[in-house]
Amino acid sequence: MGLLNRLGDPYNAEGVILGTMEQILNWGRAKSDWFMSFGLACCAIEFMAVNASHFDFMRFGTIPRPSPRQSDFMIVSGTVTMKMAERVKRLYEQMPDPKYVMSMGSCANAGGPYWEHGYHVLKGVDRIIPVDVYVPGCPPRPEALLEGMIMLQSMIRKEEIFKKRDKIKAEDEAKDIKAV
Amino acid sequence: MAERKTIELGYEGVPTDRMRMNVGPQHPSTHGVLRLEVELEGEIVTDVIPHIGYLHRCFEKYAEKMTYLQLIPYIDRLDYISSMNSEWPYVMGMEKLLDITVPEKVEYIRVIFAELNRIANHQIAVATFGIDAGAFTPFLFLFRDREMIITLFEAASGGRLLYNYFRIGGLSGDVPPTFKEDCLSIVKQVRNTNKEVMDLLIYNKIFVERTANVGILPADVAINYGVSGPMLRGSGLDFDLRKAEPYSIYDRFDFNIPVGKGEVGTVGDCWDRNVVRMYEMEESCRIVEQAVAQMSMEGDVLETIPKKIRPKANEIYCRAENPKGELGFYIISDGTAIPWRVKARGTSFVNLSVIPEISKGYMMADLILILGSIDIVLGEVDR
Repeated sequence: MGLLNRLGDPYNAEGVILGTMEQILNWGRAKSDWFMSFGLACCAIEFMAVNASHFDFMRFGTIPRPSPRQSDFMIVSGTVTMKMAERVKRLYEQMPDPKYVMSMGSCANAGGPYWEHGYHVLKGVDRIIPVDVYVPGCPPRPEALLEGMIMLQSMIRKEEIFKKRDKIKAEDEAKDIKAV
Repeated sequence: MAERKTIELGYEGVPTDRMRMNVGPQHPSTHGVLRLEVELEGEIVTDVIPHIGYLHRCFEKYAEKMTYLQLIPYIDRLDYISSMNSEWPYVMGMEKLLDITVPEKVEYIRVIFAELNRIANHQIAVATFGIDAGAFTPFLFLFRDREMIITLFEAASGGRLLYNYFRIGGLSGDVPPTFKEDCLSIVKQVRNTNKEVMDLLIYNKIFVERTANVGILPADVAINYGVSGPMLRGSGLDFDLRKAEPYSIYDRFDFNIPVGKGEVGTVGDCWDRNVVRMYEMEESCRIVEQAVAQMSMEGDVLETIPKKIRPKANEIYCRAENPKGELGFYIISDGTAIPWRVKARGTSFVNLSVIPEISKGYMMADLILILGSIDIVLGEVDR
């Protein structure tokens, strides 16, 4: 419990934590990620098993949301076909910022078993949307998906919120200078 | 017809336009990536057009390129909830082409694994149907038991969901030494939970109100559309390939074929289709118990696997009773190590085709239940 340790004795201390605004925001964001419940193929069944009683995905603070407008991250669980790719991209665009993508299973990572002759299969979902965490396996074990979730949380905790805009601005200016 | 159609809605003063609405492809209750184009008159469904192809994974192309043995993992991924059952008709057809007789032990292990997978499939079907109707707790109970079955499958095959366990002429490996005890403890646990689910979900008044008299599929319509499996038996017809043309060693077991009787509504409604699945789990438990009692753990499961699989030019259609219905493979061989063509008769594809027929005249909320009661897997619909 990283943040609570700083309180010292929780009953006698004054209850003051010194930290940056960024740390508090990131702490809150990492511990309540709402995901878009959206199954594509075989991995979705394994994903259902993760959501059920044995593995209990909700202890990470995740709640399934049926709408992209209410979700923080998206789990692409299964084979993305050419016909579905259009919809996956549109769903990603409908999610509000900040948003994250977890690619679950070999098919979503790189085409998986359908890599060689799959004329209708997209060879990796990262060709259409940016992916933050890749979980390998066909299908991945539930433990693998839980580790992917832990990695995503540690990624969110290191996020820079306030300086980000300045950095992007500086980068853009640098680009403009180059272009000129 | 259903009582629900006679409900006075009092919309006379309100002009209602015909509306076309899209359900899916990412809607949580379409069980995958199915898109339904629904035409609505107010709240009443007047037409449903299913759009498929969002999970077309080029199965037949792979059947042209892969050898007979390499094709088995792709067959797993057709109906990914019941992989063991899906492998069986293909393997059985190939054994007939190559004229192989498999040992008794292999037959018994296949029967036990197929029946356990049937239980696992029906657990998912009932659980997700419960979620569609708004009941979340049975989902947790049923998935807890499913983990036990999956742990046994994993011990034998190494996979949790896609097993690649059946081989042409045998199995990929022997079962663990504690196999019989594991099977019996699973059967005991499944029976306990099913008793609970019967009270909690099936005879729950809210659930009965939602599902009885909804989505009635008459027996003649079911036959005309070629519907099979629990959907056909829910309409009151006792057709089961395990009894009608007993393949493998199914003639040695004593079991019944549960059919829908219209206990709380009309024969062939959503409730009947669902309760047939519950009774089938019990029948599968009985088959597993008998098979465990008859089976001997002595023997080799690899001895009849051929070194080279090169059937002569021939063709065969082999079918078996999948949890969802009749799954058949039409295999054409041309004397090489690669099949000339393998065509799968997908159960879910045929069962889904009946949805425009049975959902007209019901409310939009009932359409979700009708779709849930069909128990489709999109991997098998689109292939």
